[in-house]
Amino acid sequence: MTTNIPNPPLRQRKRRRGGLLPSPGWGYLMIAPALIGLVALYVWPFLTTFGKSFMDVPAFGPGTFTGVDNYTELLGDGRFWQALRNSALYTAILLLGLPVAIVLAALIEQVGRGRAFYRILFFLPVVTLPVAISMVWRFIYNGDFGLLNYVLSMVGVPGQYWVADATFTIYAVGAVGIWMNLGINLIILGAGLQSIPQDLYEASSLDGAGRVRQFFRITLPLLSPSVFLVTVLTVISALQMFDLIFVMLRSVNNTALADSKTIVYLFYEKAFVEFDQGYGAAIAIVLLMVIMAATLVQFRLQRRWVFYD
Amino acid sequence: MRNGKRWAAAASLLVTLAATGCSSAGGDGKVTLSYATWSDDQKPAMEAIAKAFEDKHPNIDVQVQVLPWPEYWSTLQVGAAGRTAPDAFWMLADQFPAYATGNQLLNITDAVKAAGVDLAAYPKAVLDLYDVDGKLFGLPKDFDTNGIWFNKALFDKAGVAYPNDSWTWDDARAAARKLTNPAAGVWGIAAPIDRQGGYYNSIYQAGGTVIGADGKAAVDSPEAISGLQFWTQMHADGLSPTLKQLSDTEAVQMFMDQKVAMYFSGSFWAQRLYGDQTLRPNVGVAPLPKAKQRATMISGILNAGYAGTKHPKELAEFLIFASGKDAAVIQAKSGAVLPAYQGAQQGWLDAMPEFNLKVFVDAVDYSVPLPIAGDAAKWTGLETQYLAPAWEGKRTAADAARAYNTAINEVLAQ
Repeated sequence: MTTNIPNPPLRQRKRRRGGLLPSPGWGYLMIAPALIGLVALYVWPFLTTFGKSFMDVPAFGPGTFTGVDNYTELLGDGRFWQALRNSALYTAILLLGLPVAIVLAALIEQVGRGRAFYRILFFLPVVTLPVAISMVWRFIYNGDFGLLNYVLSMVGVPGQYWVADATFTIYAVGAVGIWMNLGINLIILGAGLQSIPQDLYEASSLDGAGRVRQFFRITLPLLSPSVFLVTVLTVISALQMFDLIFVMLRSVNNTALADSKTIVYLFYEKAFVEFDQGYGAAIAIVLLMVIMAATLVQFRLQRRWVFYD
Repeated sequence: MRNGKRWAAAASLLVTLAATGCSSAGGDGKVTLSYATWSDDQKPAMEAIAKAFEDKHPNIDVQVQVLPWPEYWSTLQVGAAGRTAPDAFWMLADQFPAYATGNQLLNITDAVKAAGVDLAAYPKAVLDLYDVDGKLFGLPKDFDTNGIWFNKALFDKAGVAYPNDSWTWDDARAAARKLTNPAAGVWGIAAPIDRQGGYYNSIYQAGGTVIGADGKAAVDSPEAISGLQFWTQMHADGLSPTLKQLSDTEAVQMFMDQKVAMYFSGSFWAQRLYGDQTLRPNVGVAPLPKAKQRATMISGILNAGYAGTKHPKELAEFLIFASGKDAAVIQAKSGAVLPAYQGAQQGWLDAMPEFNLKVFVDAVDYSVPLPIAGDAAKWTGLETQYLAPAWEGKRTAADAARAYNTAINEVLAQ
């Protein structure tokens, strides 16, 4: 595309050098709104958080420098490791949802006219308030009157206290997470599917390839860049999960909460309930490093399986 | 260079515009105070109080804000640290020390003295909760004590006599046993892990304390353990819904659904229980049962102000008004809560004549301030983790009590 643009006429280039346009300062002024936003909302908070992670910060007032105390305390804290395990398990569950999303996306592409309807259907959870979703699921998961246990009882499966028994909480919340993320994943995967040239399918069917073979030999390899993108986004958002635990488990006496905290929930609790901001900041920094590491590994691994044409 | 100056001037103009844009409001001499609360139930009463105050002070505008409970404390803390906290707000005893020692609360000692407020009008136990070396950082808005909320219909059905003020723990246990009817899905009592309405009361009834005179945890004393056993035994005997059931459906909801016959809890449920037309005729109130002695926790909300307010004088006036007699009468009439101001409490009793609410007022005589020590938010946050195994029968109450006691002391030592 870029090669088609003709070179600007000479005269115009001359005028640009001629100094009629002001100094680079104007350029900075023009990008100032975006830059200020970026610095004020991302860079500055990050730097203060990083700084606080080396301090003991009381609820109010200035902190005192304590070196790596927060980090050593963190690494020796069983609750931190448990939260990390919970977050990892939740992330793994959400990744298990990706094959479902791929198959669903392929199925929706097959639908002729009603395609938009299905897209909207799956996209609705994405634009619904997570808190509202959590409230509904809390009802579905209720051990005594919940819809899920009612359905299970009809097929003879004994009900469980899905969000009140720590054995099940992460799985129960993970199922909701898969469902909530499905919509956005379907959009990305759907766009990827539409960019696959139709003639490949026609050619392969002439060669006698069936639907399933086409899916594994054509669709999947050509979709792999989209799958990669979705995987990276899913891992990042899953590691940051907080709201589902907050709303679904934080009822007055939920005894499963102590064993079901995710890493961001632990951060919230330390920084905003116990007022231990330094420790909370250290958790945030460790989470950042975990996410960075997970993303880096994925970018390394993509060479093995992502197919760019 | 010349160009550089030009863009710098433009930049400063931009900043000036932005700054004036933010502060152009409020130039007409009118003072606006924000008043943050967490209760939708009490919003009408709080707005009526704000209105009554505005009528007396035409130059002051009070805006009532209701923040959702799960976010209330984080919003307040972030606001105070960022100098944007509401002017007036509700404060609780376990959160109070952090704010008071962090110099975030407006000292209204002098204003209260100047206004001639008689502190004897407030329950002493509630004032004590918020006492810092005789300084006043607010005035009590309301208070709550605990009693037995019971379901008359379920008692009648099981042929059990209603609870009365001679009840002991044994009477409560015997009644719970008779009331429990698994076939009908009815339990005698709801036994959640509840500090304020539950096991703190029984610990003191057995003669124990939560925090000892030496400032250390005392949950592992024989008396305190027996106070915990009152609740764990209810579970062991199957007289209460399990903790898992109570996690899915709150105890108060179980009581409102008429699934549990007795719920030991605070006066603050009165309005909600009264508001349920089908439930109302079935609800009774009785004092908590006694063991070695009678005891109930007392707690209350403080109307407090933010030290960083722009209008300290007007704020102090509002705080005094909001905890004063006129405001107490408004609160009492709404039935929302038991006002802290003595003498205005009759209004609360009259608002719900079908309930024997006098029990809660009388309970002040044997009430104990909610135990607070050190970083209370931190150690109370460990409660479920340590006590749930005892409630679920996986560990003895004594073992759980000793483990929790050690954990509390570790927090207190920090």
